[in-house]
Amino acid sequence: MALAQQSSPHARHARSTSNVMLWVMLAALPGLLAQVIFFGWGNLINVVWCMALAIGAEAAMLRLRGRPVKFFLQDNTAAVTGFLLGLCLPPLVPFWVSATAVLAAIVLAKQLYGGTGSNPFNPAMVGYALVLISFPLAMTTNWAEPGLVWGTAPGIWETLKVIASGQQTAVDAYTMATPLDQYKHNISSRTAAEVLQHPTFGEGIARGWEWVNAGFLAGGLLLLWQRLITWHIPVSFLAGLAIMSLAFGSNPDQYAPVSMHLLAGGTMLGAFFIATDPVSAATSHQGKLIYGAGIGILIYLIRTWGAYPDAVAFAVLLMNFAVPFIDYYTPPRTYGHHKARRGLPRKGQG
Amino acid sequence: MTQLWDFSGGIHPEQHKHLSTACPIRQSSLPERLILPLQQHIGAPAEACVAVGDRVLKGEVIATVPGAVGVPVHAPTSGTIEAISMHPVPHPSGMSDRCITIAPDGLDQWTGREPIADYHALDRDTVLERIRQYGIAGLGGAGFPTNIKLRPPKDRKVSTLILNGAECEPYITADDMTMRERADEIVAGLRVMAWVLRPERCVIAIEDNKPEAIEAVKIATENTRTEVVVIPTKYPSGGEKQLIQILTGMEVPSGGIPADIGVMCQNTGTAIAVSRAIHQGEPLISRVVTVTGRAVSSPGTFDVLLGTPVEHLLAQTGLDSQQLHRLILGGPMMGYTLETPGVPVVKTTNCLIAATAEELPAPPPEQPCIRCGMCAEVCPMELLPQQLFWHSRAGELEKAEHLNLFDCIECGACSYVCPSSIPLVQYYRAAKGEIRVQQAELLKADRARERFEARQARLEREQHEKEQRRKDRAKAAAEAQAKQQAKAEDQPSDDHAARSTLVAAALARKKAKAGKTDAAGPATTDQAEPPDLEALEKQLAQATAKLNTMQSMLEDARAENADNVEQLERAVAKNHDRVKRAETALAGARN
Repeated sequence: MALAQQSSPHARHARSTSNVMLWVMLAALPGLLAQVIFFGWGNLINVVWCMALAIGAEAAMLRLRGRPVKFFLQDNTAAVTGFLLGLCLPPLVPFWVSATAVLAAIVLAKQLYGGTGSNPFNPAMVGYALVLISFPLAMTTNWAEPGLVWGTAPGIWETLKVIASGQQTAVDAYTMATPLDQYKHNISSRTAAEVLQHPTFGEGIARGWEWVNAGFLAGGLLLLWQRLITWHIPVSFLAGLAIMSLAFGSNPDQYAPVSMHLLAGGTMLGAFFIATDPVSAATSHQGKLIYGAGIGILIYLIRTWGAYPDAVAFAVLLMNFAVPFIDYYTPPRTYGHHKARRGLPRKGQG
Repeated sequence: MTQLWDFSGGIHPEQHKHLSTACPIRQSSLPERLILPLQQHIGAPAEACVAVGDRVLKGEVIATVPGAVGVPVHAPTSGTIEAISMHPVPHPSGMSDRCITIAPDGLDQWTGREPIADYHALDRDTVLERIRQYGIAGLGGAGFPTNIKLRPPKDRKVSTLILNGAECEPYITADDMTMRERADEIVAGLRVMAWVLRPERCVIAIEDNKPEAIEAVKIATENTRTEVVVIPTKYPSGGEKQLIQILTGMEVPSGGIPADIGVMCQNTGTAIAVSRAIHQGEPLISRVVTVTGRAVSSPGTFDVLLGTPVEHLLAQTGLDSQQLHRLILGGPMMGYTLETPGVPVVKTTNCLIAATAEELPAPPPEQPCIRCGMCAEVCPMELLPQQLFWHSRAGELEKAEHLNLFDCIECGACSYVCPSSIPLVQYYRAAKGEIRVQQAELLKADRARERFEARQARLEREQHEKEQRRKDRAKAAAEAQAKQQAKAEDQPSDDHAARSTLVAAALARKKAKAGKTDAAGPATTDQAEPPDLEALEKQLAQATAKLNTMQSMLEDARAENADNVEQLERAVAKNHDRVKRAETALAGARN
């Protein structure tokens, strides 16, 4: 019998990529659960719809590109992209808007760049940004009014009908501006106390949103505990956002308070699930810190002085642009070297 | 408690060490043939100093090294030299190399052994020479000649001597079992090395997963200043650079050697070999090897004569060849697969794993890198394996080199954890090989260019010198001519004077001719001809006559429309010039 010839190491003990992706989806479940509880079935429907479409689009693209469909679908990366988009999109967004986002993510941002591992931009955020710019009405007016799923929130059939109807603006009775949006557009003419009277803020910081963010935070801690992500990006992300808020927006009568920045928007989802997408993130520890902090700072800038109420997608995409640059200038110091070798190799020296 | 430092990264693979630690070290039986490669060390290969058919005794030198780097090979038992030929040797490429084959006679008859009673009485060079002559090269893996390692550069003082008993790779238990059973010999060998090096600190480092070995070594080092340091189990703590970092907190400079920071690591097996060379007068002819894996029924640790074929060892441990899937020499992290079990055990062989397909399955197919960074988290050298991979695969070798590709110790931790099952180490090896080839070619091209430029410069210089000589000659001739002319004008009617002028002119001609031969350059013109009126008139007459002949020939040819018209035209032109020159010269002379 011929002996197997193999290059070392002979022992392996690794999680497969597909397993990693399953864990990411598992970790996102608490957040999704909170979304369903406080905003109705919309997000769950979106998640299912987006995942199915993402897997279908991935399969079709792999076939077109002449790649083994089953082998690449197994890695579950397309499913995660669909899953994350479903979590980000407004619960009552028309089905064709989410479909556009998914197709842009999988076809444009991922497969046309070469598939898994080759995309310079976070696919989910490309899809999200595209529909946010293209269909601002549908994207900003379709957040469900916070209401417990067993209480005032629309039922599953009603939600499905709204999503399937394809109307850009859903029934007013169901929807409400997001807390960040509400705060931003009213604070110029009112005091903080007056603005916070609006039902979207509820008793605490932002009704429902605080739980959703807590859910994603819990999931993020699970990912950290499982060592699927490192602390660098989430921590610098949140720190960048919080420091910007404390430094420039400490007056609640002018700017949204730091608690709202951290717990009222897509912050935790962005910090633990979006910005940590390894393919499009910086790679060294130092690089990750810069990358995360950059996203946090950009989010604050866009939320506060930009035209959009939330900014995770734009901030992540902008920092994606900077990743190759960050990577060249933040390699770690290798054992036995006095300092890290930054930048590009110069001619004539190795 | 000794202070310990941590090294970054590292992994905790399954140990599988209990497989081969159940029973004590066994003596391997004598095989039918011993195959001894002439190169079992780093340096020049040894050269056989025996002939086929010779009878050799146990411990007799059978191959010596002519150069300074390298150690001799000894007969592991008494017997007859059966062949000196090419034979497969343990090497990742499965290559063959020159080997001496001994057919043992079973008598195991020793040659004369000369133990050193008190090495303290000798000088250090004598002891080092004995270590060399007794065939000792590092038993840890690289096989670097121990006598050279024990003599660090003069400006490097070794203050810490480390005996590496970490044995961090899974499966391997050779050092563990040796420390358990032969701790006294290890300490004796360490003493000899310490006497040679005179370090301030002697450390024996053992991973905390070997309590029996720790106990045995602690007993053996009682009442000595040698520290026994227990280090946490983490792969690759036994890597030289990592172990030094754990024990001293210092890092070996990139491209340097441990002696640069005053540290030296030696292997426990090497210590035993040194002890035996000094105290028993026995050369390195055997070593301890772990034979393990699920495809053998009684795995264990063996004292094996060098040259014993691997298949002989496997037979003793009850190999199930149906189950055998992969045969690995070394550990599962850094060892390499063998193509044939016919290769012999050599000085650097520490472990043999006969693995089943379930035990070490073939890796799943490679998937795209998602830059998850798990490889960077476990890299003990603090590299960015994912970036190295990216650049290596894209052929951007200068970028890979810039990210310190050559600091990679190929420990395999990155591949071990890669979720995409990418054979990262293999990519790095390929990239390193490619860079080395490129560097060699660059060096060659540089040398060729330098040679070419030197030649070009030499040719130019020669040409320039030749030109200069020609000019000098022309100048001298012109001066001589001017002088002669002046003389001729002074005494135009004096017959005697005219004759002497002719003589002078002849001398000048001769001189010019001599110069011409020296230079071997283009012939100088006849400017130096003396203004001899008669001769000139004669020349002119001849030239005119020749011109006339040529002209008539040319006219004939033209009339016949012959094909030599062009040649004749040229000849006529040439003669015409000659006539002109003669006329000018004559006119000049008459003036």
